[in-house]
Amino acid sequence: MLKTPIITARDVDVYYGQKQALDKINLEIPEHKVTSLIGPSGCGKTTFLRCINRMNDLVGICRVEGDIQISGQDIYAPDVDVVALRAQVGMVFQKPNPFPKSIYENVAYGPKIHGLTSGKTDMDELVEWSLRKAGLWEEVKDRLFETGTGLSGGQQQRLCIARAIAVKPKVILMDEPCSALDPIATAIIEELIDELRKNFTIIIVTHSMQQAARVSQRTAFFHMGNLVESGATKTIFTSPNDERTQNYITGRIG
Amino acid sequence: MTDTDTSFLKGQKHLVKRHRAETRFQWMGRLAIVMSLSFLIFMVGSIFWQGKSALQTSEIALTVNLSAEVIDPQDIRGASFDKIVKTALREQFSEASKRKEKKKLYGLVSSDAGYELRNQIEENPALLGGTQTLWVSASDDVDIFLKGQIDRNVPQSDRRLDDQQIGWIDTLTETFAIRSVFNTKFFTNGDSREPELAGILSALVGSALSLSVCFLLSFPIGILAAVYLEEFAPKNRWSDIIEININNLAAVPSIVFGLLGLSIFLSTFGLPRSSPLVGGMVLSLMTLPTIIIASRASLRAVPPSIREAALGMGASQVQATFHHVAPLALPGMFTGAIVGMARALGDTAPLLMIGMVAFIVDVPKSLLEPATALPVQIFLWADAPERAFLEKTSAAIIVLLLFLVLMNIAAIILRKKYELRF
Repeated sequence: MLKTPIITARDVDVYYGQKQALDKINLEIPEHKVTSLIGPSGCGKTTFLRCINRMNDLVGICRVEGDIQISGQDIYAPDVDVVALRAQVGMVFQKPNPFPKSIYENVAYGPKIHGLTSGKTDMDELVEWSLRKAGLWEEVKDRLFETGTGLSGGQQQRLCIARAIAVKPKVILMDEPCSALDPIATAIIEELIDELRKNFTIIIVTHSMQQAARVSQRTAFFHMGNLVESGATKTIFTSPNDERTQNYITGRIG
Repeated sequence: MTDTDTSFLKGQKHLVKRHRAETRFQWMGRLAIVMSLSFLIFMVGSIFWQGKSALQTSEIALTVNLSAEVIDPQDIRGASFDKIVKTALREQFSEASKRKEKKKLYGLVSSDAGYELRNQIEENPALLGGTQTLWVSASDDVDIFLKGQIDRNVPQSDRRLDDQQIGWIDTLTETFAIRSVFNTKFFTNGDSREPELAGILSALVGSALSLSVCFLLSFPIGILAAVYLEEFAPKNRWSDIIEININNLAAVPSIVFGLLGLSIFLSTFGLPRSSPLVGGMVLSLMTLPTIIIASRASLRAVPPSIREAALGMGASQVQATFHHVAPLALPGMFTGAIVGMARALGDTAPLLMIGMVAFIVDVPKSLLEPATALPVQIFLWADAPERAFLEKTSAAIIVLLLFLVLMNIAAIILRKKYELRF
């Protein structure tokens, strides 16, 4: 299929207790591209996203079967350290959730716990780099030591992105990052996502088909726990193979 | 349907009824608040009314002979100060010649008057060598008579002071040989059989020591237990059983914890009876469930998004908890701890069981010395037969309430100070 998939999922089943949430998902995700996961509510796209950095481990009743590899390594192998995994796979959540600390501390937290910097100037540079990458530097450079929760919603979300990229992960997972934002803030984030894909592989869950069409190169359509169809975004939106995809993107179901 | 439609905005029958029910409910609520406030005001007011007189005490001036024949300046302690006091009284009221009368006369001053005299002279040896007028404490009967708690119109046999004694007091008052001063002894003395000498210091220190032990034990243990149960423990049948039992423990009557302390800390471990150490340990048994429950509630109130943010960054469970979740929950934990401690401060029953009900004159200097606690002291004084202990009881209650108010204020300040908005 793809030449250089960074993430490969094979026959992934996810159960919450007795209930099966994902059924035999096979998906390859290319490097340095934006892949969007779309589908109606409850279709399992967020569940799949959270399998990739093993956030589902936190849900006691959740069970993952099958095989997910990042750069050829099985992330569910017994010797895998989730802390190391999550340093490689960052995450941006639906609701902006900066720590109730200063902007600087928010960004510096990841590098600090992973020991990525040596010394204060090093850290200062990394914080500036991350905030610049997230397009937030100009807005906050004079108030780095004010609390991050005092920013506007869009700025908070970009702060969360800066926080995620500060540890320089391979992959960034975004779980409906714009659903709590207004259209202007959304446009800024979308531009940012396009910029970030030069350095990172991005997987984004979105409810907005326009957003998927705008930001992503590849799209995967989930429906009731199944991966119905995946491929180049253009193909999915113009000539989908499956009738369900067709119905969803034209707004007949969902 | 013609012009009747204009009335559709006016109150209809069921609406009128609904409004009336609403008004009725509001007034019932207001009434309930007024009633509970008036009970509170009545209680606090009556305690203050009865206790405020304990802040004053009476002193009598004695003209004492301190010449070298009576007191050897080289050996002040060798002199009989009781005798000096008695001589001074006899000289002032020479009409008391019979043994019985003399005894009544000596009863005007505190049995501690001799010591007070000695202390004054030791502090200021320049007084020696002549006749001086010095102030000593009046006895409790004189004190409460002066405070108007003995009525001179009741028959002589029904009051603590007879006509002759009242005559002497009147004479002293007329010659300005009686004064009313601030009762420092109440705050600097330990307990005493003599009401005019009894103070709350030993009880206060006992309470402070017990509460420190209680805080040092229950706060770290309670918080660690809460953090583990809330953030780390698997949710299964065992954690449910533990949770239910902690909730039950919080409702156990405190005297049961006292019995537990008696059988374990005293009988099994052989720790010293009546000591603030054991008192604090028993109180911490009682406070622990409260702290655990309050801490868990405040941990649960931290939004899960903070936890996810930290874990999503690759923080370990411990890092997420101690860097992000616990600091946010800390104000709530403090509040819970202080509320639990305030309850411990006011509790008597468990302390009775481990012998902290003893009559303690000396201020405890270590955790292992016998001590008592404020509420126990109140209980002891309330039980004492002397009329003068009544105002002491109320005054001690005021002190206890004051400390409770202070602790609650501390809880509010801590919460405000460390509260983070997110």
